[in-house]
Amino acid sequence: MSFDIPFLSLLVWAPILGGVWVLYAGDRQAGTVRHLSLTISVIVFALSVLAWLRFDTNTAAMQFVEFVPWIEAFRINYHLGIDGISLPLIVLTTFTTVLVVLAAWDSVESRIAQYMAAFLILEGFMNGVFAALDAILFYFFWEAMLIPMFLIIGVWGGPRRVYATIKFFLFTFLGSVFMLVALLYLYSQAGSFYILHLHDLPLSLTAQKLIFISFLLAFSVKVPMWPVHTWLPDAHVEAPTGGSVILAAIMLKMGGYGFLRFSLPITPDASLAFADLMIGLSLVAIVYIGFVALVQHDMKKLIAYSSVSHMGFVTLGFFMAFFVQQETGAIMGMEGGLMQMISHGFVSGALFLCVGVLYDRIHSREIKDYGGVVNTMPQFAALMMLFAMSNSGLPGTSGFVGEFLVILGSFQARPWIAFLAATILVLGAAYTLWMYKRVIFGDVANENVAELQDLTAREQLFLGLLAVAVLAFGLWPAPLFDVMHASIQNLYEHMLQSKVIP
Amino acid sequence: MIWAPLAPEIALLSAACLLLIIDTLSRDEKRRLTYWLGLAALILSAVLVLAFSPLEPVVLLHGHYVSDPMSAVLKEAICVITIAVFFYAYDYFEEHGLLQGEFFVLSLFAVLGMMVMVSAHSLLTVYLGLELLSLSLYALVAMHRDSPTASEAAIKYFVLGALASGMLLYGMSMLYGVTGTLELPAVSAVIAQEAGRNLILVFGLVFVIVGIAFKLGAVPFHMWVPDVYEGSPTAVTLFISSAPKIAAFAMAIRLLVDGMAPLVSDWQGMLIILSLLSMAAGNVIAISQTNIKRMLAYSTIAHVGFLLLGILSGTRTGYAGSMFYVLVYALMSIGAFGMVILLGRHRFEADRLDDFQGLSRRSPWFAFIMLILMFSMAGAPPLIGFWAKWFVIKEVIAAGYVWLAVLAVTFSVIGAYYYLRIVKLMYFDEPTHLTALKASQEMRFILSLNGLAVLLLGFMPGLLMAVCVQAMRM
Repeated sequence: MSFDIPFLSLLVWAPILGGVWVLYAGDRQAGTVRHLSLTISVIVFALSVLAWLRFDTNTAAMQFVEFVPWIEAFRINYHLGIDGISLPLIVLTTFTTVLVVLAAWDSVESRIAQYMAAFLILEGFMNGVFAALDAILFYFFWEAMLIPMFLIIGVWGGPRRVYATIKFFLFTFLGSVFMLVALLYLYSQAGSFYILHLHDLPLSLTAQKLIFISFLLAFSVKVPMWPVHTWLPDAHVEAPTGGSVILAAIMLKMGGYGFLRFSLPITPDASLAFADLMIGLSLVAIVYIGFVALVQHDMKKLIAYSSVSHMGFVTLGFFMAFFVQQETGAIMGMEGGLMQMISHGFVSGALFLCVGVLYDRIHSREIKDYGGVVNTMPQFAALMMLFAMSNSGLPGTSGFVGEFLVILGSFQARPWIAFLAATILVLGAAYTLWMYKRVIFGDVANENVAELQDLTAREQLFLGLLAVAVLAFGLWPAPLFDVMHASIQNLYEHMLQSKVIP
Repeated sequence: MIWAPLAPEIALLSAACLLLIIDTLSRDEKRRLTYWLGLAALILSAVLVLAFSPLEPVVLLHGHYVSDPMSAVLKEAICVITIAVFFYAYDYFEEHGLLQGEFFVLSLFAVLGMMVMVSAHSLLTVYLGLELLSLSLYALVAMHRDSPTASEAAIKYFVLGALASGMLLYGMSMLYGVTGTLELPAVSAVIAQEAGRNLILVFGLVFVIVGIAFKLGAVPFHMWVPDVYEGSPTAVTLFISSAPKIAAFAMAIRLLVDGMAPLVSDWQGMLIILSLLSMAAGNVIAISQTNIKRMLAYSTIAHVGFLLLGILSGTRTGYAGSMFYVLVYALMSIGAFGMVILLGRHRFEADRLDDFQGLSRRSPWFAFIMLILMFSMAGAPPLIGFWAKWFVIKEVIAAGYVWLAVLAVTFSVIGAYYYLRIVKLMYFDEPTHLTALKASQEMRFILSLNGLAVLLLGFMPGLLMAVCVQAMRM
């Protein structure tokens, strides 16, 4: 096949231009706006699937590369390309955006065009983050993303939205600017912003440590790791359903992606030096935040804390790799971490959508306002059961695969860490299923619940799609591992090579 | 034609004098003729600057005047910015019943002063241009005679400005006393020959820096900025906050780089202190403001801190970074003050932050323009303000001051807060009333263009950066 579609450029710019078009169509044509947004997001999703089909899984090299000089004076290029680490995340992004558009169909009433446009533009920037191979281009998209998200939470959010969104913006902005300083320092050493060049740049241990810390500030806020996670529960609770879904499913993954793309390969020696700290923080997130999740009485807050706890697994998987003797075990742990990112994208997105479904009907997120929902919404109860089980790591669902691999990998190095990490299986089951029990089972709690209508066709569609994804990757995760294996292998080799200059 | 490079200045001077006569004879209450002729004069000099833009520096008038790539770019920018200022200002004065031909005449003289500063090649020319600019500005601030705040601002500006000019002149006299020459490169050459540190030279340097810092509005010489910004008619504030900053930047480059390059290690340290204080005080104090003009005044002070980062890095690309910063800043600043003018109604200044409340319901398009401007000033991509910060921080790191870069980005996060607050007011709050915005077509068009430029340049900043780098390569 000689003809090349610029896949990545389309994935970045089609949603952005589509968003501008939607904005132009305006609120007066709400019906057109909905259909237009859905069409754009489906087309973009189809493009990303097409890219997946044409992706060569045998190589760790960047594929679909596009290169255009951008700012020639400083050798900044419009340089896009994806490997096995970024491809699944891009597909996750485009898939989630379709769901968000569907979920907003009737439930968002005010300024529908601006709402849809914000999500489409956000999608373009997020794809840009995952596809950028130039560090400044990466940073450009990484920060640009904050503006639509700031507006989404602030305009369509709950009562404390202003506090939540400003906190969200300032936390992420503060973390990111230090990354910018680190990237500029790297440029002053390497004379290039090409990420793969930076991977091979020799650096002294002190420089590496400082760079690692500035990257850590940026990525740990996004992941979010304990103790810089406090913006997340606020942002999640106040954000509209779509905002929560995107935050949980994709934005959090950018922190993990940042570790894989920047911290580990650019500063491998510092990563090794700080690995103990990272593992410690991950364990605190898993265990402590797990307990915190247990006592929440707001459903969204509970899922938000569950996200922090689950993302602890991701960082644990990445940094345990330094201590595992056999290569297969180390790679298994890292792949588990990446798998956990994808799976958590589906599961947390699905749970937030479930809360959204209930919220649209009763306008409450408090667990105590519910009870006995199964009596009036049996279909909903069944689907939510699946997602709750996946969140607790039930075998056969996607939630199990990643967690199991990370625990298995950790066990080879330090069994007691694996033991602590495995508490998530208990804690996760406890807080998720307990919430499920209180909301869904029991007698009908009040009149509101008695009057509930079961899922509409549209809600069946988006929850059904997610259920298929959760089951498919739970039962047969092999395609995902095929895609990521070569790249993770390559990354692992990079991590082990010391690049300290004496 | 030995006088050719002087064509823009000659044209502007003639036009300003001619305009003064025409305006006295004109009976038109609306001053249409003065307005259009003023615009024509600016466009003419912009064209002449472009036509005579030199590739190599040309020194004229016995070494007092230079025309080089930097001066061409900066003059072009000053003209273009002032053209936009005229559009905004006409609308403002018409709405507030303050239309006077003097505004246009004085502005043209101010532009002439800026051009002289930009092209200065000797201490005397710097001072000449500066005074022409400053005197025009003092009069402009006082234009609204019946307003006590405007008069207070004018007096304050005049007294402090005169003091700063005196300081600058005192510093220049010391430089002249030591070096025996007024020409900047000659001053530089003599300083380079001086073995060891000459105390009088360093003293002279300190006074010169005080003068520069005052004109730029850097802390601790910033006291006039908030009062003058708040007290002046908004159209005049708009003007003061934009083009004269470009000229002040040029003055800094001429005096410090062309004239005192051998003292770089001395002025670097002073600029670091000025820059840090400006970023810290500007960003922190801006948070507590309730008047948008005062808030933007403190934001200007913070921006000046960033601008100084490029100069203090002491490299050619660093100066290019500062130049890029000042051009971008001028573009954003006229946009933001343009919005304040747009919101104002008949004889009513919309200068409280609350006037922005619920703007996205009243006018989604202009709320969006303001959103772009605010995020750009905060330094968030994909807007041009990000690249301005990026450029100077990159240069500071390249010069080895990583710690300074870390402090600078931290202050920029603090600064983001008050810009976000404007966005919050516009988008998250409900409007108190729903009256539509009143503004002329030209005003709407120019303001939209202004906002879109900030957005689109953010996606393609390369050309402007290349121009700045090229202009600074001498």
